[in-house]
Amino acid sequence: MTTPAEAPLEAPSIPYVDPVRRSRSRARARRDGLIASISTVVVFAVLGYLITSTPGWPKVQETFFNLDEAIAAWPTLIKAFVLNIKIFLVAEFFILILSLLIALGRGLRAPVALPVRIMCTVYVDFFRGVPTILVILLLGFGVPALQLKGVTNSPVVWGTVALILSYTAYVAEVYRAGIESIHPSQRAAARSLGLSSIQTTRYVVLPQAVRRVIPPLLNDFIALQKETALVSLLGPIEVLRAAQISASANFNYTAYVVAALLFVAITLPLTRLTDWLQRRDTRRRMAGVM
Amino acid sequence: MTFLQVSGVHKGFGDLAVLRGMDLDVDLHEVVVLIGASGSGKSTLLRCINGLEAVDAGEIRIGDIEVTAAGVDLDEARRRVGIVFQQFNLFPHMTVLDNVTLAPRKVLGAGRSHAETAARELLGRFGLEDKADDYPDRLSGGQQQRVAIVRALAMKPQVMLFDEVTSALDPLLVGEVLDVIRELKQEGMTIVMATHEMGFAQEVADRVCFLDGGKVLEQAPPAELFGSPKHETTRSFLARVARI
Repeated sequence: MTTPAEAPLEAPSIPYVDPVRRSRSRARARRDGLIASISTVVVFAVLGYLITSTPGWPKVQETFFNLDEAIAAWPTLIKAFVLNIKIFLVAEFFILILSLLIALGRGLRAPVALPVRIMCTVYVDFFRGVPTILVILLLGFGVPALQLKGVTNSPVVWGTVALILSYTAYVAEVYRAGIESIHPSQRAAARSLGLSSIQTTRYVVLPQAVRRVIPPLLNDFIALQKETALVSLLGPIEVLRAAQISASANFNYTAYVVAALLFVAITLPLTRLTDWLQRRDTRRRMAGVM
Repeated sequence: MTFLQVSGVHKGFGDLAVLRGMDLDVDLHEVVVLIGASGSGKSTLLRCINGLEAVDAGEIRIGDIEVTAAGVDLDEARRRVGIVFQQFNLFPHMTVLDNVTLAPRKVLGAGRSHAETAARELLGRFGLEDKADDYPDRLSGGQQQRVAIVRALAMKPQVMLFDEVTSALDPLLVGEVLDVIRELKQEGMTIVMATHEMGFAQEVADRVCFLDGGKVLEQAPPAELFGSPKHETTRSFLARVARI
């Protein structure tokens, strides 16, 4: 073993690493990489073999993983999927705004605001309790049945409204948790400078709270993107409905698999982004501790 | 001339009575230091003075405003009073400059460039000019606390309250914060500060108040209070502090 005295004195900012130890740790990294590769290849090879060697596999491959079917269904599916994307983009826009208002409404402490607080609380309790699928059915079939003049009967509109109502309740709770996680001393500091309660919320509490809730908020949006498929219950041709039509026309389920992959493809960037944000937060907190 | 007047203030939290008939008069340009054991009501008194806590009974006046009156504009009252906390409480999502200019811009309606010029000048006076664009977490505790003081000063308060502002600091950083307070005293700022730094109290205070059981038990110029305390409780407190 060499001694640290041999460390180059002219570059003190670079931590000195013993050359023997460095080559050892490099060897270990190489060995770890090799083990990881071998284990991955072996596990997936065994899994692949087990699945493809089942007696029903050729039939499954034919009906679920048929490349010709996939290519044939692709144009219809991708066109239908545009509707899913539209639904969740519109829904996310309204959810972001409405849920923030609900969260702020629940946080009001002034006695005169009690009715607002009650309404917001009842709203959240109700829509968190009712399954989204029920809200979609009730609104999608219920509102047109009322035969109101000047009100649209479009299933896409009411399906989207149902998703907004349902998810606003969840996201409002996410916002509220974020707002409550800001230490009261931040509010005290702002108020002591003469900022009003509204200014304190606007400039001090919300900017910090929103930053903290971005990962859980994105999680809810990932769930929402998948649940746009539920709107198919009302009849519009979105990707699940399109896959259903294709499946029943050709007695082949490949279209379902393609639809599933489309959902994965669209949620994957958000999932990775959420993971990355969460890791970054953890790192920052660790850095704060040290 | 009495500028800040606290009379007969009671304040409790649930069953715990913290202030029990607190009286305190502070003159313009006077430096009053509050000492006393933890729980004697120092922090609570300071928080009541700028309306962060509502009093249960009694009266607090700052100049011609009665802070404790019903329907008084507390935001207006708070503009006259700067407070600095033990834990700095800087806004972590804003740069130092934004921390300092937020209240002048949003409360006093100062324009951004005007507020920033004033803020940079104030930061410069306390040796923080090169920190203006940093975020608080890049600063040492002493620097953060000095920024917190500058942030309060940016509102041009008539009285400054310091709530154990050096208690959360590394001993090596205490001095730089005390220097700032010393300088404020020289400029004639009216100051009320709670502290455990007895040496500093002796040096800067015009008057030292010993708080016990939610009241001022004894008050006198520092030489007198530290030299020949009248009450047995004061004596034993000072003896205990001296031993640390």
